[in-house]
Amino acid sequence: MKKLRGKVWKFGDHVDTDQIIPAERLTSDNNDKLGTFLFEKVRPDMVDRVGNGDIIVAGRNFGCGSSREHAPRALLQAGIVAVVAESFARIFYRNAINVGLLPVECKVQADEGDVLSIDVDKGRIVNETKGTENEFQPFPPFVQELMDKGGLMAKIKEEKRCTK
Amino acid sequence: MKKTGAKTISERILSNKSKLDAYAGDIVEAEVDYVMVNDVTAPLAFKEFEALGLSEIHRDKIVLVPDHFVPNKDIASAEQAAEMRRFAKRWKIDNYYEVGRGGVCHQVMVDEGFAAPGRLIIGADSHTCTYGALNAFSTGVGSSEAAAVFAEGKLWFKVPESIKVRLEGAMRKYVSGKDLIIKLITDIGVDGANYRTLEFGGKGLANFPVSDRLTVSNMAIEAGGKAGIFPADSETLHFVRKFAKGKWEKVDPDPDASYLDEREYSLSDLVPMVAMPHLPGNGRPVSEVDVEIDQAFLGSCTNGRIEDLRISAEIIKGKKVAPSVRMIVVPASSLIYRLADEEGLLGIFAKAGAFVSGPTCAACLGGHMGVLAKGERCVSTTNRNFIGRMGHKDSEVYLASPAVVTASAIEGRIVAPKGAGA
Ligand code: SF4
Repeated sequence: MKKLRGKVWKFGDHVDTDQIIPAERLTSDNNDKLGTFLFEKVRPDMVDRVGNGDIIVAGRNFGCGSSREHAPRALLQAGIVAVVAESFARIFYRNAINVGLLPVECKVQADEGDVLSIDVDKGRIVNETKGTENEFQPFPPFVQELMDKGGLMAKIKEEKRCTK
Repeated sequence: MKKTGAKTISERILSNKSKLDAYAGDIVEAEVDYVMVNDVTAPLAFKEFEALGLSEIHRDKIVLVPDHFVPNKDIASAEQAAEMRRFAKRWKIDNYYEVGRGGVCHQVMVDEGFAAPGRLIIGADSHTCTYGALNAFSTGVGSSEAAAVFAEGKLWFKVPESIKVRLEGAMRKYVSGKDLIIKLITDIGVDGANYRTLEFGGKGLANFPVSDRLTVSNMAIEAGGKAGIFPADSETLHFVRKFAKGKWEKVDPDPDASYLDEREYSLSDLVPMVAMPHLPGNGRPVSEVDVEIDQAFLGSCTNGRIEDLRISAEIIKGKKVAPSVRMIVVPASSLIYRLADEEGLLGIFAKAGAFVSGPTCAACLGGHMGVLAKGERCVSTTNRNFIGRMGHKDSEVYLASPAVVTASAIEGRIVAPKGAGA
């Protein structure tokens, strides 16, 4: 699969989906501009500075709280392509895979602004700024296949075409 | 994982529904009994489903409940609710619950009998884990996954490991399931059950009513839990015989099933708890807390049931809400609203100076009807106290039981009712 390279945005433990995108923004007229509300209550300055391809590095339990798929979509729309966290809340983890945001479970040393590169096939993360390297567990084959196909809906589309 | 033949409730239900001999760690595709979406998560699910261009849909499995921003709070939410109505009509989905005939999605799933023992239910809402109280395996998913079930009637699951929580003894006066679950989340942490099932058991269940179990299962997700499941005992059976639609079959855990961890709680030792901002796991005994409040909220899928309203009415009857406090009472469903009306509870709240409304999620998620201003504090029977959950980022939510919320509304500060724990 792919290699990613981007600038780090640093977060702590238990970043919940209400922080990522507040409930009052979850109306369908906002579906294509979710990214503009990213972290608006807790880091209002971030949206204007986040670059395409940037990466979030966080602590434990990233994405806890509501099941809103709007959360990984908001991250993607704002330009974030991957979240590297010590652990993820399970619904967020599934949603991320389904919408094409890469969730990597790994503890890495990084400061805000560092440049990180992620090699998904090799399961390797390099902090280019610090010169450090970490390895992560490969995804289970079922999940890897889902990601390769472009998420759950893409997989179903393919299956339905095959059978009809 | 060891494959012994002995299974937890989660392993048993996911085996039954996938027709496989499944154990924790296995990934299975399983037949889903029901899939629920609400007005916040439905539009995305509809869009994903319709992009598939199919002519068939699993209409009998789908339950549509507008609850978050209804009655429509503004034009955007009106459009969203209208999308649900149109989708229900276009695809001939009978299980659509209009404003005034539904309520908070999870309570509707219980009242209307979709939640029943042995079933596998998913919902595009994280608190779908609520129905574990009735011995179902139920869990929250995203909108795309709900759409996948609209299309295929099944979904993939990783069979979770389980943590056994044994309950012993009996709760004292004005202590409730809310106090147990706040204590449990505080003990194991807000990710203490991540990817896992909390499976309850023990002799104390005999003294632990279904309404308290619903509160506990509802908040399993606040410990990261994929599910919070109870066995079906005589209480459960009595309850579901009254409500459940269709056939169901209870599922027991095997005595030698393997658990990741086991914990025990003495219900007799529980005291009224409050979860301080901004995490449900910041629990403390109410006796150690001294906080003035601006708002008291009684409602939600966690604690908006008739039993909750009864306790609250008993405490507030003949008293007044403190002049500095707004108390907001929102029964969780139309059925509960009607019962509360018949029992005269709504009048008791109104007389005490509380605001009473028809069923909706209301202030629980800061959508409408009780949004907090900067610096305001609310003591609430809901399940989340994240930053900005109920309004301004500098407002605060304190989670507690109906008894504590009501006593606090009267006093103007967070307290337990007189005689609590006696
Ligand atoms: S009452 Fe609150 S927690 Fe329950 S479904 Fe509604 S918004 Fe979610």
